[in-house]
Amino acid sequence: MELLCPAGSMPALKAAIEHGADAVYVGLKDETNARHFAGLNLDQAGLTEAARYVHQHGKKLHVAINTFAHADTFENWRRAVDMAVKAGADVLILADMAVLAYAADRYPKVELHLSVQASATNAAAIEFYKQFGVSRVVLPRVLSMNQVRAIARTTDIELEVFAFGSLCIMAEGRCYLSSYMTGESPNTAGACSPAKFVRWDEADDGTLESRLNNILIDRFAPNETAGYPTLCKGRFKVGDDTYHALEEPTSLNTLSLLPELYKEGIASLKIEGRQRSPAYVAQITQVWRQAIDAVMANPAQFTVQEQWDHVLAGLSEGSQTTLGAYHRKWK
Amino acid sequence: MKFSLGAIQYFWPKQVVDNFYQQAAESSVDIVYLGETVCSKRRELKFEDYMAIAHMLREAGKQVCLSTMTLLEAPSELRELRKYCDNGEFLVEANDVGAIPYLQEHKVPFVAGAAINCYNQHTLRKLMSLGMNRWVMPVELSREWLANLLQQPMVHDVRDCFEVEVFALGHMPLAWSGRCFTARSENRPKDQCELVCINYPEGRPVTSQEGQQVFVLNGIQTQSGSRYNLVNQLPNMDGLVDVVRLSPQLVGTFDWLEKFRANVAGGAPQRLDKNDSNGYWLALAGLVQQLD
Repeated sequence: MELLCPAGSMPALKAAIEHGADAVYVGLKDETNARHFAGLNLDQAGLTEAARYVHQHGKKLHVAINTFAHADTFENWRRAVDMAVKAGADVLILADMAVLAYAADRYPKVELHLSVQASATNAAAIEFYKQFGVSRVVLPRVLSMNQVRAIARTTDIELEVFAFGSLCIMAEGRCYLSSYMTGESPNTAGACSPAKFVRWDEADDGTLESRLNNILIDRFAPNETAGYPTLCKGRFKVGDDTYHALEEPTSLNTLSLLPELYKEGIASLKIEGRQRSPAYVAQITQVWRQAIDAVMANPAQFTVQEQWDHVLAGLSEGSQTTLGAYHRKWK
Repeated sequence: MKFSLGAIQYFWPKQVVDNFYQQAAESSVDIVYLGETVCSKRRELKFEDYMAIAHMLREAGKQVCLSTMTLLEAPSELRELRKYCDNGEFLVEANDVGAIPYLQEHKVPFVAGAAINCYNQHTLRKLMSLGMNRWVMPVELSREWLANLLQQPMVHDVRDCFEVEVFALGHMPLAWSGRCFTARSENRPKDQCELVCINYPEGRPVTSQEGQQVFVLNGIQTQSGSRYNLVNQLPNMDGLVDVVRLSPQLVGTFDWLEKFRANVAGGAPQRLDKNDSNGYWLALAGLVQQLD
């Protein structure tokens, strides 16, 4: 079972490798990936350096090119594929059928993984994507453990699941909430609830308001911890109740599911967070390395160590974690 | 320009559905999409009921298209999907790529629904090679994006081999989740939802703490808080859009159909409602309403 860690920069990539990642995934500095944030990601030289570093340590480099190509700039997605292959990427993580077809045709020897943004939530969809030669599918975070199990037992393709990090509660790649509010979505612009639309207002009584493109996402009392206004994690009103109508600001944490995921032969555990700091990546990687080693050494005796939970809670949104959709009750 | 009725997005009692399609049969609509596309627990109508409605509508001269579930997770949902794809008579709207291998197996032409991620000419051509003969553009795309895509030579050359359909009236489906937000709004777990969606035939509105309607909850689906309304944009769809889709609403759907028809060439523009939007079509944030 592979530990796949995020890196938005060279220092983060080095932190991941030094702390036990089996593979690292990165994106390019443009709209071809779903974490297109200012100051993040690698250019061509950075990518080449990343590949060299990762390979020196006997690990793998995955490059996410997982937004949907625009009609008049399709060339940019092709160039991203060319650039990644040239730099020495081991794996391309792709979502757009057209980009998949291009990569499969042009570079038949390069390993292709189906990005979570392609939203393959069932065995039939996975079957569909086999025509593009993908060898692994990243499952969306909407599935329950039972559903993951059902897929694992019906498909012969490698599966990768999200193990930890920000929780997308909608089927990825099919969520337009962000463009509805701002005009920019993960699919079209590579970002959800983009920072340039965020505004914070503090009222005289100390209440803090977070806004996205001027729409009120949440209001925080002076003693409350204020989180980033990801639009699906705001407090809204339904009927007479004001609450987190879609989801609380929590992070996904599947530590307790590790033995089951291992038993079902899940090939890779993905840690979310290319936008996070090298220090964050280091801590997360260290915990998951220990946990994966423990489960692989003795799955029957695996228990979640208190110290792991403690570290992960400290790195989570709102200091809270959830099993998300993996656990039926969450739904 | 043809007009279509999308599949009913909400959970309506069978009697209400039957009445709605009776009206559809008598209306001027050209194409009707039928089927449950949101939640497999909604079983007021079974597959056989939809087929009976499909036959009735076909006899009334409508083109019928069976519309499949969007978020497919369980093996039981794939079995139901297969029934739709194997129907043997009607065109199928694939709302998940999982439907496509089944349709290919039977060499059945299909409509690629708005939730299938087709954003460029190469993907469009790929879908055509698999049997797509109508493309429903993703709701978040604009006129500019559409025009740009259609003028690419590889699409332009085969433009008469497929139709373009645009979602033009109703609350837009914006997201699908493993979680049921309507059940959550009543403090019920999803597996004990007691089908509460039936109490919200127009979904449950979600407002910001300042009273702005931001979303509509419809089970596992999250819709736009605003009603998308492109009635006044019809004249600038000429030459780009073949089919204009209206999403069934509890009241007024057929009145709107006539208002749309009347304004195809711009002869009868409508005053938009305060909660109407047209931003996506105009390459703005989806919730924006731009006055003409």
